[in-house]
Amino acid sequence: MDANPDTKIDLDAAYLRSGVAEILDELDRELVGLRPVKLRIREIAARLLIDRLRREFGAGGQAPTLHMSFTGNPGTGKTTVALRMADILHRLGYIRTNQLVSVTRDDLVGQYIGHTAPKTKEILKKAMGGVLFIDEAYYLYRPENERDYGQESIEILLQVMEQRRDDLVVILAGYADRMDRFFTANPGFRSRVAHHIDFPDYGDEELFAIAEKMLASQHDRFDDGAAAAFRDYIAARRRQPHFANARSIRNALDRARLRQAVRLFEGRGRPMPVSDLITLVADDILRSRVFDHARAEEQP
Amino acid sequence: MHITQGTFSFLPALSDEQITAQAKYCLEKGWSLNIEFTDDPHPRNTYWEMWGTPMFDLKDPAGLMYELAECRKVHAGRAYIRVSAFDATPGWESLRLSFITDRPAEEPGFMLERQERGGRMIAYTTRAYAADRPAGARY
Ligand SMILES: Nc1ncnc2c1ncn2[C@@H]1O[C@H](COP(=O)(O)OP(=O)(O)O)[C@@H](O)[C@H]1O
Ligand SMILES: [Mg+2]
Repeated sequence: MDANPDTKIDLDAAYLRSGVAEILDELDRELVGLRPVKLRIREIAARLLIDRLRREFGAGGQAPTLHMSFTGNPGTGKTTVALRMADILHRLGYIRTNQLVSVTRDDLVGQYIGHTAPKTKEILKKAMGGVLFIDEAYYLYRPENERDYGQESIEILLQVMEQRRDDLVVILAGYADRMDRFFTANPGFRSRVAHHIDFPDYGDEELFAIAEKMLASQHDRFDDGAAAAFRDYIAARRRQPHFANARSIRNALDRARLRQAVRLFEGRGRPMPVSDLITLVADDILRSRVFDHARAEEQP
Repeated sequence: MHITQGTFSFLPALSDEQITAQAKYCLEKGWSLNIEFTDDPHPRNTYWEMWGTPMFDLKDPAGLMYELAECRKVHAGRAYIRVSAFDATPGWESLRLSFITDRPAEEPGFMLERQERGGRMIAYTTRAYAADRPAGARY
């Protein structure tokens, strides 16, 4: 079909029909912060929608390359966003399932000669039709070991990323600096990845908002004392090793719930209002070891 | 001589689009897919070679088509290739569908041998012309 330049297109109707609006709104509502990421996703969604319309109306437009790289520190939401990405691409008709297969080096690379190619292909086949998410992708490449089987896996991946673009979207994820080195050493990947999206660290306020969302999703809440204590907790935790943004928050809340359970259990002799079951108090937070470290640091 | 084995074998060769559609149907039924090849066309040859391992967790026919393309790189024009679909719901793998996707460039067919035996009895044997040559050098 040739494009008739006078045909009127209802972009808004197409947008609504795709159902992508709901996912984008959900993304906005459910994920705290991540402004630059959300912006990029909107851009990609807009681009895809326009491309699809172009093809529908015979005005050219080819399925674009959609392989992406997500860089950022642990716990900044890369995996979470990748899952949403699979939904978005599916609604826009760029992949046939909203399935995301999440792998790391060990799933792709074998232990002995002849083991790697079947392993990598097996994963690729499973992921086809949807999204393949390779976490900490730089581990695929081990320059210090010249007989490393990772290279074999990389070559198969590159080939499929290039030749089977309609069948598979690959998202590579990892720390920014190491991904940079990975792309420098493997220019084939850089040229096949169309979208590089950076995930910034969360600020204290954002982490607090994330904590509240996590609590709300389990019908839990902080009382006033716990909320204040948790703000202090975030500030202290950030300065300690192995801080992992939202993941540290999730872990902290899990431990606080454990302490809450012990506290309630120890007071079981008395009658207790139901609201106690769902309320974290200051003490549940303050008894964290994070505060011991923080206090120790303050001493000379 | 066009060999007729498995489903669809009386039809003209399936296009890739048609193979994809069949694979999709199988996956929707929850069956797993498998690719096999052989250069021994005898109808009683049930021992085809497996191309890789059976594909248990495919979500999309693209996985099968990818592997079929790999198999064709090695065997296209020189062997028969078939796709089979297995259903594990009875508690064992049972074959639900099997069809040939690729054939050798030429299929010379079969020789029918008659062996005359005592009492005017005749024993019949079919022998593939291709099987005269050693395995691997037949087509
Ligand atoms: N912006 C956010 N809003 C709400 N929860 C978040 C956000 N970012 C991350 N999380 C939560 O933090 C945890 C870790 O996130 P994840 O996506 O696994 O991070 P990464 O893959 O970057 O290490 C998950 O439980 C996720 O739900
Ligand atoms: Mg992750």
